[in-house]
Formats: sequence, C-alpha cells, structure tokens
Amino acid sequence: MTSTTFPPSPPEDASWSRYFGFNTDAKVIGIQYIVVAFFFFLIGGLLAMIIRGELITPAADLVDRTVYNGIYTMHGTIMLFLFIFPVLNGLNNLLIPTMIGAPDMAFPRLNAVAFWLVPIFGTLLIASFFVPGGPAYSGWWSYPPVSTQNPLGHFVNGQGLWLTAVALSGVSSIMGAVNFVTTILRMRAPGMGFFRMPVFCWTALAAQSLQLIGLPALTGGAIMLLMDLNFGTSFYQPEGGGDPVLYQHFFWFYSHPAVYVIILPVFGIFSELFPVYSRKPLFGYVYVCLASFIIVGLGLVVWVHHFFSSGVAQWMRNLFMFTTMLIAVPTGVKVFAWLGTIWRGKLRLTTPMLFCLGGLFNFVFAGITGIMLATVPVDIHVSNTYFVVGHFHYVIYGAAVMGIFAAIYHWFPKFIGRMPYEGLGKLHFLLTFVGANLNFLPMHPLGLMGMPRRVSSYDPEFAFWNVLASLGAFLLGVSIIPFLLNMVSAWVRGPKATHNPWNAIGLEWLLPSPPPEDNFGEHVPTVISRPYGYGTGEPLVDHQAEIERELTLQEAST
Amino acid sequence: MTATVDSNRPDSNTAHPKHNLTGFIIFLCSESVVFLTFFSGFAILKTSALNWLPAGVAGLEWRMPLINTVVLVSSSGTIWLAERCMAKGNLLGFRAFWLVTMALGAYFLYGQAVEWSGLQFGFTSGTFGGTFYLLTGFHGLHVATGVFLMGLMLVKSFIPQNYAGGEQGVQATSLFWHFVDVIWIILFVLIYVWQRT
Ligand code: HEM
Ligand SMILES: [Cu+2]
Repeated sequence: MTSTTFPPSPPEDASWSRYFGFNTDAKVIGIQYIVVAFFFFLIGGLLAMIIRGELITPAADLVDRTVYNGIYTMHGTIMLFLFIFPVLNGLNNLLIPTMIGAPDMAFPRLNAVAFWLVPIFGTLLIASFFVPGGPAYSGWWSYPPVSTQNPLGHFVNGQGLWLTAVALSGVSSIMGAVNFVTTILRMRAPGMGFFRMPVFCWTALAAQSLQLIGLPALTGGAIMLLMDLNFGTSFYQPEGGGDPVLYQHFFWFYSHPAVYVIILPVFGIFSELFPVYSRKPLFGYVYVCLASFIIVGLGLVVWVHHFFSSGVAQWMRNLFMFTTMLIAVPTGVKVFAWLGTIWRGKLRLTTPMLFCLGGLFNFVFAGITGIMLATVPVDIHVSNTYFVVGHFHYVIYGAAVMGIFAAIYHWFPKFIGRMPYEGLGKLHFLLTFVGANLNFLPMHPLGLMGMPRRVSSYDPEFAFWNVLASLGAFLLGVSIIPFLLNMVSAWVRGPKATHNPWNAIGLEWLLPSPPPEDNFGEHVPTVISRPYGYGTGEPLVDHQAEIERELTLQEAST
Repeated sequence: MTATVDSNRPDSNTAHPKHNLTGFIIFLCSESVVFLTFFSGFAILKTSALNWLPAGVAGLEWRMPLINTVVLVSSSGTIWLAERCMAKGNLLGFRAFWLVTMALGAYFLYGQAVEWSGLQFGFTSGTFGGTFYLLTGFHGLHVATGVFLMGLMLVKSFIPQNYAGGEQGVQATSLFWHFVDVIWIILFVLIYVWQRT
C-alpha cells in the first residue's frame, strides 16, 4: 500500500488540560518544561532586579547584607537549575523525536517523571526563603566552609534544602539524559545514519553525555557536603583532616562541563538556523558534528581553571591553562562554520535570525574574555571580580538565552501551530541585545578595576559603570514583556502556521503543525541525504514531493 | 522500490521495551562516576592526611571482609548460572540459582552489619571514619538494591509466559549485580588492602 508514505493527519484539537497532568507525550512534556522554566525565569529575574537595584548606589541601602547573600545565591541557582536546564530539556523533548522521526522518547514515563521533579525541587528551593535563617547564602557554587555553617543549628536549613533541591535536579537530569541518549542512539528514522543527523541532535547527544559523566561527581560531592553540614563529618573541614579544595574539584568537575551542557545545544540551534535564514547548506557539517565531541573530551579536563587562585599546584595551573586554551580550537571551528554559512547567503533577518546573529556576536566576545581568564596571570588578578561575572553572563545570557529565544521563535509555529508576531519579536530582540550589552559590558571594566563580585556595597569610584549596568538590567527586565505578550497572544489567536513557514529542511518540517501525538507513527520517511541541502534542490527523504503536496492539501482543506 | 516503512524491520522505532537494556547500561556508566568520585576523594584525603587513623584505632581487620569478598564474587558466578538456565528455558534452574544469589547477597549485607557493629570508630571520626562508612554504606545500599531487584524479578518469573522471550529485567539486574561486585573489589583493595599510610 503506497498510501503509507503520506503524511499523518493533523491532531484533533486536544484539550488544554493535558498540560497540567502526568502526560507522556514528549511534545506535551517539552511545552511543560518550557513554560515552567519561564515561570522560574521570572522569579530569578526578579531577584536579579533586586541585585541591580541594590548595586545602583555604592551603599548597601536596599536590602540587608545577609539577605543580599541569599538573593544572589538563589538567583544563580534558579537560573541554572530551574531555568536553563529545564528550558533546554524542553527543546530536547520537542526537537529530538521529531527531528529523527521517532514517535516519542525511548522511555515516555521516565520522561514525565523527570519533568515533574522540576516543579517539586523548584518548590523546595523557593520554600527555603521561609525557613528560619533564610535560604542558602554561599553562592551558587556552595563552597565550604561557608556552606557548612549552620549557625541556628536547625536540621532543616536553607543550605540543606539547597543541597536536596540540587540533588533532585541531578536525578531529574540523569533521567532525562538516559532518555535522550537512548532515543538518539536507537530510534532514528531509516536511512538516518549519524552523518545524516541534524546538528542539534549531535549537540544534544554531546551535551547529554557530559551530563552523564559529570553530574554524578557533583552528586557525590554534594552528598559529602550534606554529611558535613548535617551529620558532623569532616570531609571538607581542615580541622577534622578534610580538604575544602576537594569540594571545588568535585563541583567544577561537573560545573565546567555544565556550561557546555548549556552552550552545546545552543551551538546546535545556531547550526540549524543559520542555514535556514541564509539559504545555504551548513558549512563544514561533518566538522561541526565532530567538534561537538572534541569539546566533550576537552571540556572534561579543564575544570581547574575555575579555582586557579585556590590552593592548587603550579603544574596543575599550567596544565589546565593549556587544555582550556585548546578548547578554543573546536569552538573556533564552529564559529567559522557559521560565518562560512552566512557568508554571501541570502540573509532573511527574521526574529530568530536576529537572535542568532546577536547571540553569535555575544558569544565571540565571551570567548575572548574566556581566553583571557584562562591565562593564569590574568585570572589570578581578576578571579572573583566582576570580570568573571561579565564573562559568563555574556555567554549565558548573551549567547545561550538569545539562542534559546531564537529556537522558540523558530519552532513555535511547528509545535503550537500558530505564528508569533514579527514586530513584537524584533522589539524583543532589540531590547534584549541592547539590554544585555549595557548590563554586562560595564562589568568588565569594573572587574579590571578590582570590584569584587558578591558585594552589596562598593567604593564610589565604581559607581559610574554600576549605574550603566543597572540600567541595562532594567532594560532586560522590560524586554521580557514583549516576549510574553507575543507568546500568549500568538498562542491564543496568532495566524495559523503552515507545515513549513520558514521553508526549512528537516524531518520536523514534514509533519503537520502541530504534529500528531505519535509524529510519523508507522510511516517514517526514509532519509536519503544530508541535512541542510538548501539551494541544492536535493530532497531530504524519499517521496518528499508527494509528502509536501499532501501536507499542503491538508492545510487547504482546513 | 516504495518508501513504505515496514514496521517489522529490526530497528523499528515503535518497539520500546528493547531499549530498556541500552538505557540501563547508560545509567550504570553514569552511576560508576559517583563511585569514582568517592574513590578519588578517599585517595586524596588519605594521601594528604597528617593523622589518617583516629586515636586508638590500629587499622582495619580484613579477614571478615575477605570472606564477604569471596561471597560476593561467587554470587556473580551463581547469577551467571541463573541467566544461563533461563536462556535454555529452564525456569526452575533459574529460580534456584537466582535464590542462591539472593542468599549470598543477603549474607554479604549481614557480614557488613556485623563488621560495622564491631568497630571502635564512627562516621564522624575524622576523614578516615567518614570515608569508610560513606564508601561501604553507599556500596551496601547498592547491594540491598540488587537483592530487592532480584526479589522483584523472581516474583515476575511466576507470571505465565512472562519470561518466554528473554527478559530484559533479568539481564539488567544481573548486569547491575556484576557492577556491584566489581565496585566492591576496587573498594576492598582501596580500603582493606591499601592500609599503609
Ligand atoms: C572559549 C571558551 C571559554 C573559556 C576559555 C572560558 C574560561 C573561563 C574561565 C578561565 C573561568 C574562570 C574565571 C574565574 O573564576 O576566575 C570562567 C568562568 C565561567 N565561565 Fe567560561 N569560558 C569559556 C566559555 C564559557 C561558556 C561557553 C560558558 C557557559 C555557557 C561559560 C560559563 C562560565 C561560568 C558560568 C563561569 C563562572 C562561574 C562562577 O565563577 O560562578 N564559559 N570561564
Ligand atoms: Cu569553565
């Protein structure tokens, strides 16, 4: 029967209520992840506004100093564990099955459990604001000995809740990683060998492998910290023969790879979107794929660059300075591949493309400051100053969050079935790009001048740059308004999206928008060429023309 | 040639259950890093300690743990035999060897408990006591989990036809058991054999 090559019919209108329950459809879970992540993004953002509000004047006049410590700790923790990771897992859920032609994830129930842990540990973390002594106040990295103080002596304390929440986050992430890796390895469409797989799946595979290797080290280290905090052991207490730097090793053995868990999928997004909006194949596809795994390998052996200024041996400093600088090579390969892709392309400056271009710009800037920080003599000088804060916000907000926005605008039509508004999107981009640079650029001169991070008052000579940074932060706060407006109104009454509004190439664009629950079901098309055949006229799958015609007919009849 | 997808093709992506083993192996690789963390923490703390042993403690008695080691290693053998029986369709033999494995696992836990109760140092006796209880405790938790999983699989084996076509749960449990065994050997060498400071 040849009709099996025809695309599946679009879903009947499913009810809203499925988003509020235990649903095992990866597309529902993906949206659950993203919406919950943005809820926490607003909370984390509110805390950031308080931080920048405090720092707009040199004196500590807005919040109490100890409250301030709790606020920046929770800001960092929420943004990483409750915003970035969940939002990326949301994208993984939406994109991986549809891009490889799988009906769902390999373990749909495990997937749902992994998601539901997020609101649970999120609540736990937020609850720590209300326990005696307040939330954890030792920074997102929770170094001992600060993190092993429990002055009030309560068994339930902010730091303990922090550790429990982070441990649950780890459990959730491992469940997710097992699922994503199994799905990518075992459930690809016929004909989709590894070198026909979209780069986003390559980077997801790379990032999730890092989770699997790195995260258990943090879990182990955190267990020992919890024992020190609540059960009287002395793993990290020098007075009991312990070693506080040991914790820093455990923490960064995971948390450096964690920054690649964040940025790799964003590299994937860039690699997907630049070809679409330049109408050219991805330059150096194979090298971009392989570079992801070189980054995985190197990313596992650079962690000491985060504590050059702690008690580490000189040979270690030299070694890790060297490996850190090596990472710039595969990263550079990718940057040149993107530049090669947009070079002389027919650029379409849509909202997603603008976010990608802005993100790439910010990423290159952050890469340069990263190399500066990797240089031991420079790092000793600026470690623990605002220079570091500037560096990583350029990467995480400037590149990663902007890339995530690009992905949301790009794939919104596919999974919601409606088009977001371009005008609001461009306004969102402008505010974000200007706001981020205004917020984070001044942190570099501040750091070079010697302003330490994590202080609520500072010398008046730093005031000028701090005022600028605070203004940028408020601009970023405002930037979220057009975004939310856009999302809500487009979801409710945006124009209906066709199956392929951007003229993109990829299995997900051969599905109706939104795709039916089991995606292609039994009728997965056979992949016959590499992805990104823009401008080559080469079909991606067998019977592509038939499938497209059928999809267009479907759309015309509804 | 038509592009019709044959749902019987070997890698048909609709047959979920056979991914279970893949997923479980990936999980075990990840889990081993937790142990690696504890092992490296132990080694670093031990080599850098000024006074490794708490006052009044001469070292660790190794005879009892050695018996435990023999017990655990042989249980890896019996679980292998159990799996062989099942592969041949001999469900009775499977249950017998499976039970023996469970008994050996339980004996190991008993031996561990006896050892713990006879020690003159506690969890908070410096990094020596801390790492000792952390490592043996965390490993013991895995042994207990293994025994529990085996019990589960044993019960499942009484569901008619359940184990007719090869059971991934059994394979996974057995893999887990070998994993627990290998971890113990490393742990034994680190804690009991490497006593000199
Ligand atoms: C060329 C690439 C990069 C290099 C060479 C680099 C280098 C460094 C170095 C040496 C530090 C430590 C500074 C210090 O604490 O004294 C650092 C901090 C940091 N980097 Fe990067 N980095 C790079 C890319 C990234 C990426 C892609 C991300 C995230 C997506 C990232 C996130 C961070 C974070 C979060 C911190 C600070 C964490 C903290 O102290 O709280 N970096 N980077
Ligand atoms: Cu790093």
